[in-house]
Amino acid sequence: MITLTTPINDQDLDQLLAKDFILFSGELYTARDAAHQRLVKDIAAGTPPFDLNGAVIYYVGPSPTPPHLKFGSAGPTTSSRMDVYTPTLLNHGVKAIIGKGYRSSEVLESFRDHHAVYLLAIGGSGAYLGQCVQSSEVIAYEDLGPESIKKLVVKDLPLIVGYDVYGQDAYVYAKTLK
Amino acid sequence: MRVINTQAIKQAVFQACQDIQFRYSKPMEEAITHYMNQEMGVGKAILKVLLENSELASKEHIPMCQDTGMVVIFLKLGQHVHLEGDYVIDMINEGVKEAYDVAYLRKSIVKDPVLERVNTQDNTPAVVHIEMSHDDRCEILLSAKGFGSENMSKLAMLTPAHGLKGVEDFVINTVLTAGPNACPPMVVGVGIGGTMDQAALLAKQALFNEVGERNHDPRYAQLEQDWLEKINASGIGPQGLGGKTTAIDVFIKTAPTHIAGLPVAVNINCHMTRHVHIKL
Repeated sequence: MITLTTPINDQDLDQLLAKDFILFSGELYTARDAAHQRLVKDIAAGTPPFDLNGAVIYYVGPSPTPPHLKFGSAGPTTSSRMDVYTPTLLNHGVKAIIGKGYRSSEVLESFRDHHAVYLLAIGGSGAYLGQCVQSSEVIAYEDLGPESIKKLVVKDLPLIVGYDVYGQDAYVYAKTLK
Repeated sequence: MRVINTQAIKQAVFQACQDIQFRYSKPMEEAITHYMNQEMGVGKAILKVLLENSELASKEHIPMCQDTGMVVIFLKLGQHVHLEGDYVIDMINEGVKEAYDVAYLRKSIVKDPVLERVNTQDNTPAVVHIEMSHDDRCEILLSAKGFGSENMSKLAMLTPAHGLKGVEDFVINTVLTAGPNACPPMVVGVGIGGTMDQAALLAKQALFNEVGERNHDPRYAQLEQDWLEKINASGIGPQGLGGKTTAIDVFIKTAPTHIAGLPVAVNINCHMTRHVHIKL
């Protein structure tokens, strides 16, 4: 199994090909709709709440952590809702984004331009994915509850390469199988 | 006349909100296993993960999905029921609130849809529809609707000239457009007829069917099967990454409509299709 570990360098991304199953380990930041709205404003103001350079973003709003576990359920949310914000994040150095579903052509172009990758998590496997989380810490927008930005440390998070640095798209490939 | 205390309704809602979050229903588990055995490659691998996810969720008591949904309830009140106790809608929301708290379910509701969008912090209010029935029972149809699939749902005010072909094209296109956003394999609820609002309600109610349950009218039962076949011939597959399993089932509900109209609503659900039917 191919692995991807933070910190990510360009050569790490070169070895990932669309539709590969991979295991991701290391740090990532959670952010979805409301967090993105604030994040792009803070970026524009020159005060992003974390260092975007080389960062990995996961589109997720986890369920609360029960006392007997390390983390709650944490599957991907639909990526296309974040399309409008994605080029800004990639411009500021984000190297990988985890979500599910199609992206706009503008977003895919932006991934290509910035040598970044789009990774897919399996929607509806939140219990499974959440248990890969080793630690979590709210780092911004705590008032947003499930939508706050959390820094997670994950181990062996199972992902699929959705869009690679060569411009290959796993969803487009799937359509050719029919 | 039968007396039902609204405390009993609250208790049923409290329990139901939790019962549906931690494991697939038996029919869904069997259906996914069946499809998994027919798939190959990526499709098979994904369906296997989904079954393992349900198993793990049940064992560790973690919700199967982080989107634990907006609670939608159809409350069917018998004409011969007398409700006593606190106001029934408040009691339903109390049940939701307590369940989402004690079971560590995600609170996903914002109070104002477009202006402030501040989270209500307790997953209320639920969407509650009240219907009447002839008997002295109180039935609760409860679901926790996730929005990955809800967002891909659509409604069209077709005209009589569109006919069956128009309806079919709209249904199939809606499902294919939803693709990976709706976390396929999906369950598809189709409401045809009535007014705009009734078509949408019928589509929502259709999602309370169990896998394999067919429309009582054999013509619509046949359409359910035909449309399922067409959707699964699309090749979208589990998670949109290719395969034969794009939908697990299609359910149609119909109602009389106006001479000028042919409303059609398609309400999409993911494979979890969390719902339960309780009779008090």
